[in-house]
Order: sequence, then C-alpha cells, then structure tokens
Amino acid sequence: MSLENSRNWDEFMEGIWKQNPTFVMILGMCPTLAVTVSAMNAISMGLATTFVLVFSCLLISLMRNVVPKEVRIAIYIVIIATFVTAVDYAIQAISLALYDALGAFIQLIVVNCIILGRAEAHAAKNPPLPAAINALGMGAGFTIGLLSLGVVREILGAGSLFGISLFGASFQPWVIMVLPPGGFFVLGSWLLLFAWWAKRKERLAAAVEVNQHA
Amino acid sequence: MSIDALPPEATAAQAASSTPTGAMIRTLGLVSAICGLIIVSSYQGTLSAVQANKQIAVERAVFKVLPEAKSIVEYQVTPSGVSVITGELPAGAVKFFGAYDDAGKLNGIAAEGGAKGYGDTVRVLFGYKLDCQCVVGFGVVSMRETPGIGDKILTDKDFLANFVALDAQLNKELSGLANEVKTVKHGTKTKAWEIDAIAGATITSRAVGRAINQSAQALLPLVVPQLDKIRTKS
Repeated sequence: MSLENSRNWDEFMEGIWKQNPTFVMILGMCPTLAVTVSAMNAISMGLATTFVLVFSCLLISLMRNVVPKEVRIAIYIVIIATFVTAVDYAIQAISLALYDALGAFIQLIVVNCIILGRAEAHAAKNPPLPAAINALGMGAGFTIGLLSLGVVREILGAGSLFGISLFGASFQPWVIMVLPPGGFFVLGSWLLLFAWWAKRKERLAAAVEVNQHA
Repeated sequence: MSIDALPPEATAAQAASSTPTGAMIRTLGLVSAICGLIIVSSYQGTLSAVQANKQIAVERAVFKVLPEAKSIVEYQVTPSGVSVITGELPAGAVKFFGAYDDAGKLNGIAAEGGAKGYGDTVRVLFGYKLDCQCVVGFGVVSMRETPGIGDKILTDKDFLANFVALDAQLNKELSGLANEVKTVKHGTKTKAWEIDAIAGATITSRAVGRAINQSAQALLPLVVPQLDKIRTKS
C-alpha cells in the first residue's frame, strides 16, 4: 500500500473505529436513541446523515480559502441545511413510509453535532479529498453505531430483523426495547461492552509489559 | 491607545486579520446562491416522484378498506353540492374519497377521521358501503400509540371483526346517524353499531370509535342525499 493510500485509509478508519461518533465521541445521541427502533430505520438515518456529511464537508473544504472566519458558522449551517433539504426530498421520493417513520429526525440532521463538528474541526482545514474521506468514515461509523442499536432493539422488541419475523407467532416481544427506555438500555449495554473490552486490552498490554520486565 | 500610536507592523497585521465587509457579504451571497440552486433543483427533480408516491399512498389506503375498488376520486361535499377537489378545501366543505370498481360504478366511499388517543390523535381512514350503510373496514393514517398495546387495533382479530359490517345508517330525517357508533367495554357489545374494545387498550379503541363517529356524523348527512351525482365515475 502506498503512503497516500494508507493515509486515506487512516482518514477513513478514524470515524469507524478510533473516533466513532456513537461509541467513542458519544455524539448525535438524539437520532441514535430516537430512530433506532428498527434496523431499516437505523440504516436509512445513517445513510442520510452520511450523505449530508460527505457533501457538506466536500463543499466546505472546497470553499475553505474563501470563507471569512467571521461568518463561517453561518455559511456552514446554510450548506448543511441545503443538503439536508435535498435528502428530505429524496427520501420522500423514495418511500413515504420511511419518511413517516423517520419523522422530524430527517430535518434535525441540520443540528447534528457530528456534521458541524466535522466541518469545523476537519473540512475547514483540509483539502477536499481527505475531507470527504474522513466524512465518509464518520458517516459509516455513525451508520454502524445506529445499526448496532437498531438490530438489537428490533430483534428483542419486535422479534424481527429488517421486517422479517425471526421467531414465529409464539414469540412474545420485549416491547420496552422499542420504547424510548429501550434505546438507553441498548446504548448503555454497547458502551459497557466497549469499555470492558478497552479495559481488558489495557490490562493485557500491562501484563505483557510486566512480563517483559520480569 | 489609538491606531496612530501603534507601530506600523501592528496596524498592518490588524488590517490583514479582519476581513473587509464587502468580502463577507460577497461570500455569503455566493454561498446562498449555490445553496439556493441545489435546493431548487432537488425540489424540482423529486417533485413528480413525491407526488406519485403520495397518490399511491392514498390509493393503497383506500383500497385496503374497500378491496373491490379499482380507482378513486377525491371529492368535497357541501350542503349545496359535490365536486371533485381541485385546490384548497373551502370552509365548511368535507373531504371524502369515492371508490369505483372496474365498470366505473361507485363501490363505496372512504373518509378520514381523528380523535384523541393515548399518545396523540389517532387518525383513521374508514370505508363505507352504501348498500348496507355500514362501515366495512378502517386503516390508521397516523398514530403515536404505545407499541404492543395501542397498536393492537391493527392486528387484534376480535377487534377487527367489529368492522366487517359496523352499522352506521342515517336516521329518517337524514340529519345524523340513527345510532351513534360507540366503543363499549370489552365483552359487552350487543348492538351492530357498537365496537367491542380491546381489553387493555380501551383508550385507543375508544379513539377509533369516536373518530369514525365524528367523521360519519359530519359527512354522511351531506353525501347520502347527493349520492346520485357520483354513482358513476365522471
């Protein structure tokens, strides 16, 4: 892998792993908790956010040398709102059922802190290609985060996955999982799992070090 | 300290660090123009698909409650006449759908109604057959009822059995329903115009009954005397 490629790969992986918006930075919690009642909703919300992220970061990066810093926030918000509007129309054109399921959370992508955060912290300082790749990675990381909640909540709360029934008619769904408290339970469990895993890795690394010294 | 008192390098640095007003306005204007272009083109680009989707959604909802229907016409009705909806609904007019079969004959009518449920307003669309003067089915347009409890109104077989032929005939003066459509407690239904509530989801069941009753009371006295005008598809 050439240096250039590996740098792009690092940019992409940053959002998926090291700075995952959902599990590491705990950003964008409003859609994370609200729309993840089913895997389909989670994936659609993730893709919509990714689209807005990539295109707004691309445009902001292209304009980074002409945007005066005094008015940059206004400009970023206008750009983000533009792509959210485009996504809004696109989802209406694709499926009204999906549009109703996501409700106000499509429009609320405008104020998703992941997007403005990326614009300010990355896209405004980097050339278009790395900015777009970084945004794509962040979007993918966010989609994975939403999907991990959506899959668990749909299986437990409705007994289905992507609308396909898994356990047959005798399954008594664990309804609280598709209600708001279920969002908190599942998010908490995922965070617990990741924290435990990170701690374990740390402990193992420490043990190896002790062994080497001994 | 006034600007004149500053060393020359400091004033130059200060001038360079602040953007002239003209440049700010120019950039904002440019960004707005680009964004405006993107918004308008995405609106225009998706308009026909969105409208087609909305039309399909309405048709699907009506065909669900009146399965023999093949096409629908959106009407508005006032005491003075029935007409096809073209623009905004005038004050006092009531909207309903005429559902027609293959031969273009009126199969039934469908209308929306809403009433407060447990979470929010439960909006339903119900089908009405003219030969039996009864409600033959309903579908939910929108609701925010508790999953697993309130949303049983869509799946509970005993509850749906209420709507095979729910009596909703008009009184002799054609001023309202002969018997108010009413939701009664689970297991106490005795009359054809009563709806047997779901045990544990009484509030949502009542909302369905009230929504249908209110809408039928408002619509049927207006439509039934003028039915001959819409018997065949124009």
